[in-house]
Order: sequence, then C-alpha cells, then structure tokens
Amino acid sequence: MTRLLARLGHILGAAVFLFTLVAVSPGWAQQPSKDNPNASAVQEQQLLRELNRVQGLVSIPDTKEGTLIQPQGREWRHFHEVTLRWIGAIALIGMVVLLAVFYLVRGSIKLASGRAGRTILRFDTLERTVHWMTAVSFIILGISGLNITFGKPLLLPLMDPQTFTNISEALKYAHNYLSFPFTIGILFMLVMWLKDNIPDSTDVEWLKEGGGIVGHAHPPARRFNAGQKGIFWIVVLGGAAMAITGYVLMFPFYAGLNIANMQAAQIVHGVVGVLFIAVILAHIYIGTLGMEGAFEAMGSGEVDLNWAKEHHSLWVKEEMGKTGSSAHTRMTPAE
Amino acid sequence: MARMKFLCDADRCIECNACVTACKNENEVPWGINRRRVVTINDGKPGERSVSMACMHCTDAPCQAVCPVNAFYTTADAVVLHSKDICIGCGYCFYACPFGAPQYPRVGNFGSRGKMDKCTYCAGGPETDNTAAEYAKYGANRLAQGKLPLCAEMCSTKSLLAGDGEIIAQIYKERVMKRGYGSGAWGWQTAYHETIKV
Ligand code: HEM
Ligand code: SF4
Ligand code: SF4
Repeated sequence: MTRLLARLGHILGAAVFLFTLVAVSPGWAQQPSKDNPNASAVQEQQLLRELNRVQGLVSIPDTKEGTLIQPQGREWRHFHEVTLRWIGAIALIGMVVLLAVFYLVRGSIKLASGRAGRTILRFDTLERTVHWMTAVSFIILGISGLNITFGKPLLLPLMDPQTFTNISEALKYAHNYLSFPFTIGILFMLVMWLKDNIPDSTDVEWLKEGGGIVGHAHPPARRFNAGQKGIFWIVVLGGAAMAITGYVLMFPFYAGLNIANMQAAQIVHGVVGVLFIAVILAHIYIGTLGMEGAFEAMGSGEVDLNWAKEHHSLWVKEEMGKTGSSAHTRMTPAE
Repeated sequence: MARMKFLCDADRCIECNACVTACKNENEVPWGINRRRVVTINDGKPGERSVSMACMHCTDAPCQAVCPVNAFYTTADAVVLHSKDICIGCGYCFYACPFGAPQYPRVGNFGSRGKMDKCTYCAGGPETDNTAAEYAKYGANRLAQGKLPLCAEMCSTKSLLAGDGEIIAQIYKERVMKRGYGSGAWGWQTAYHETIKV
C-alpha cells in the first residue's frame, strides 16, 4: 500500500513538472523582451570602441590566439606597404642625389700638402677586422632587408615568382645569420672606440668651421673628429636599436610580447633600418670617393702622415709624443 | 559568383570546439597548428560570449597586401588562398591579419617560421583540385566538390554559418528578428567593411 502511494506520488510529481514545463516554456519563447538573454552580453562595437581590440580566452596552448580582432592589422599594413616605402625611398634616393651633387660641386677632398711618403698606423688589425666584419654584415643585412621592403614592387616583376621566392628565402637566411657578426661587431666597436668618441671642446670648434667639408679649412681634431663621432654614435645606437628590434622579430611573441609589440618592433626596425642605410651611404662616400687618402685607414691601416696631420692634427701630436709600437711611423717606398 | 563569408552567431555558440576538431580532422592539420579556434570573451562573467574564428577571407585582404613575396591570391568566390611553394615564412601576414588566422609550423623566426598554414575555406590551394599533392599541403577541397567548409556544416547549434555572404546575412537577420536579440556579426566590419543591420 505505502509502495503504491509512493509510486502515485512520483507520477503526480512528474505530471506537475511536465505541466509546468509546458505551461511556462511557450511563455518565455514568445516574450523575448521580458527576459532578454542578451541584455548583459558583450558587444563587439563597444569592445572595439573601448579597447580598440577584442580580447578573450582560448583553450588551446597558443595564448596569443586569444586576440579575436585587432583592426590595427590594417593600419600596420598601411605602414608596411605605403609609409615605410615613402620614408625609405626619400631617405635613400635623397642621400644618393645629395652625395652626387656634393661630389659634382666639391669633388674629392685632396691632400692639400701632398703625400709625405711616410705613414702612421691608424687602425690595427683587430680594429680593421671588426670594421670589415661589421661592414660586410651590414651591407648584406641592408640588401636582404630592403628586399623585404622593396623586393615585391621592384624585383618580382623582373622574374618568375618561384625564383623570387628562392632568392628571398636565401636572403632571409642571410639576414638572420649575419645578425650575429653584426651585433658582435657593434659591441666590439663600442669597447674599442668609446674612449675616442666622447664629445669634447675640439668638436665645437670643428663643427663651427664646418669640419672642412663645407669650407676648405682643416680644423684640428683628435683621433676622431665630430663628424666621425657622430657616425660612431649613430652606428652604436642605431645598431643597438636594430639588434633589439631585430631579435624581437626573430623570436616573435617571446617573453609575453603581444601583437602590438611585434608591430611596433617591425616599425622601429624598418624606419631605423632605412635611415641607417642612408647614413652609411654617406659614410661610404667620404671613406672612398669623397676624400683622398681616407680609405687607407681601413685598408692597410696605415695613413699618410700628411693626411693625418691635415685631418687629425691633435691625434698625430699625441701619437708622436708617445713611445712604443702604436706610435711608430715608418717609411713606405714612394711609387 | 558567390562572395563566400563566415558568420559566427555568438548568441548560439556553446564553445563546444567541435568546429576546431572537425577542421583539424578534415584537413589533417599538423600538430600545433589551429586553423580555427573558439575565443571566449568575458569568460565566467555575465554576458560571456564565445566566437568561433578562423580566416574571414577579407575584402582587400591585409595578409595579401603585406606578403613580401606575393604568396596570396583571391579566388572568384572571394576566398583568400596562398601558395606554400612561394611563402618564405616571414610571419608578416600574422601581423597584418586582424583575426590571428595565419599559423606557422615553428614558433621562432630563426631561419624561417616554415610555410604558413591557414584556413582555406576548405578550398585547397593552387594545385589541381582534389589531388594528393593539394591535400598534403592544404587539406581538403570541399568547395570544388560543391560542399561548404566542414566546421560550419557540422556546427551543432548552427552558430557558425558559411556560404554566400548575402544568404548567410539573410539567415542571421531572420534569426535576430525572430528571437529579438543578437550581438552582431563579429568581425564583419573589420573583414568586409560592412556589417549586418537588423
Ligand atoms: C642586428 C640584428 C638584426 C636582426 C636580428 C634582424 C632581424 C630582422 C628580421 C627578423 C626581419 C623580419 C623579416 C624577415 O624575417 O626576413 C628584419 C627585417 C628587416 N631588416 Fe633586419 N635585422 C637585423 C639588423 C638589420 C640591419 C643592420 C638592417 C639595415 C641595414 C636591417 C634592415 C632590415 C629591413 C630594411 C627589414 C625589412 C623591414 C620591412 O620592410 O618590414 N636589419 N630584420
Ligand atoms: S582573416 Fe587574416 S588571413 Fe584571412 S584573409 Fe583576412 S587578413 Fe588574410
Ligand atoms: S609568412 Fe609566407 S604568406 Fe605570410 S607574409 Fe610571409 S611569405 Fe607571405
């Protein structure tokens, strides 16, 4: 009897439950305004307005995929396809035109007092090795980098796509591997040449007289004049900026970096990169075409004594005053 | 020609990740690569919503514009595809993509990140349709067989819709009208420069 009653109770309970379900559910299905499940829902447009990106969580290990929408990708695209190309084209073509005009107007800066025939050691073997290691790396880094910026519009139309890919891939490997000798070279330069590149009062004088580049004066200078010190600091600081942003690009999203950091790293790398190349074009010009006797400093390491006296009078005095191997001068056979 | 699009109705997505699994299976997607993922916003809070996201096959696609070797092409159905033979694995398309769609076999960029992989709208790649060579590189080519992407086809709540943009927009509009609410077509403004007005 009690069993039957309990069973009846269950059936009754089930019936009541079913009835309420049937009675209630059409009610809420037909009155959306009364119980809007969307009332507190996140809205895309609101999130984009507030944070300019939509960020959430993912259950896959790749946490950066939690960024659902980043409209900034389109802005970065504009930077890469338009802005950077303009900056690069103006900086590089501008510099080449400037140097060509300068060469036509001023010509090569000749040795005013001719050659002495005696030379003085300016850069020792270590210094020259470091310079050329860095320089060769830089040139290849520059060419392979510019291929990423300008290769598609300039080179791709000249060849079939697979060839262009093969070249670009090889250059990309070169860019990655040569970053190491380049960075090591910059560090060596900092250690070797820092003490000779601290700005001092002679630099003010040198700059006032236009460095002998604008006028025909030969203002006194120590081992490095103000212009060379400028190049040193551009190379060291620019090199550091390139290395830091470059390694960020090479190891993307490490150490919690997000997509905005990656885009910023590329922007700095690209802009500093093209400006750096423009400055180095000027450096190459003055070291070769632009000035008689300058290349020897990094070539054989020995410069003509008269060249040294004209361009680095204070340095020659210091060196002559010293005794020991670094201050030796020697005769070279006159040709 | 149809203009193919994806639409995720976030008010229906239950974050079951079946689309993610279906995609991996259908296309034999390599380990570590997710062509599709489900992102949950405001997880655990009132108003939480989940959105299933892959490549949106953008209008005027940013990935295509930035690729330094022109690996991308857009089909007549407006599906954005790429060639793994041409890609050099620089990773730039990921920086430009508003939706985090491009994926790479390697995390680091030292040397290369490997050939980029992303959602193909189940439409393969530049190889001849439905060949073994195409399958090995890009996965299935369902579109050439007259089928839609598997993720959307098997979505149990029909939250994820694939097909001609106008048709899926119409379906979404009718839904919103009938139920009285809708949190919008996520990503459409960014991907297609237009959204669905209801
Ligand atoms: C010092 C270490 C450096 C590292 C680790 C580095 C790394 C990178 C990486 C990873 C990229 C992305 C493209 C790719 O993956 O191929 C890149 C692009 C580039 N790099 Fe470097 N780089 C370095 C130095 C330099 C230097 C010295 C220059 C200039 C002479 C340079 C110029 C460029 C340029 C122009 C781009 C292309 C920018 C663009 O169009 O997006 N890089 N670099
Ligand atoms: S979603 Fe990303 S990968 Fe897909 S077309 Fe748009 S920019 Fe390209
Ligand atoms: S990773 Fe490949 S597809 Fe993407 S931008 Fe670089 S080369 Fe192009």
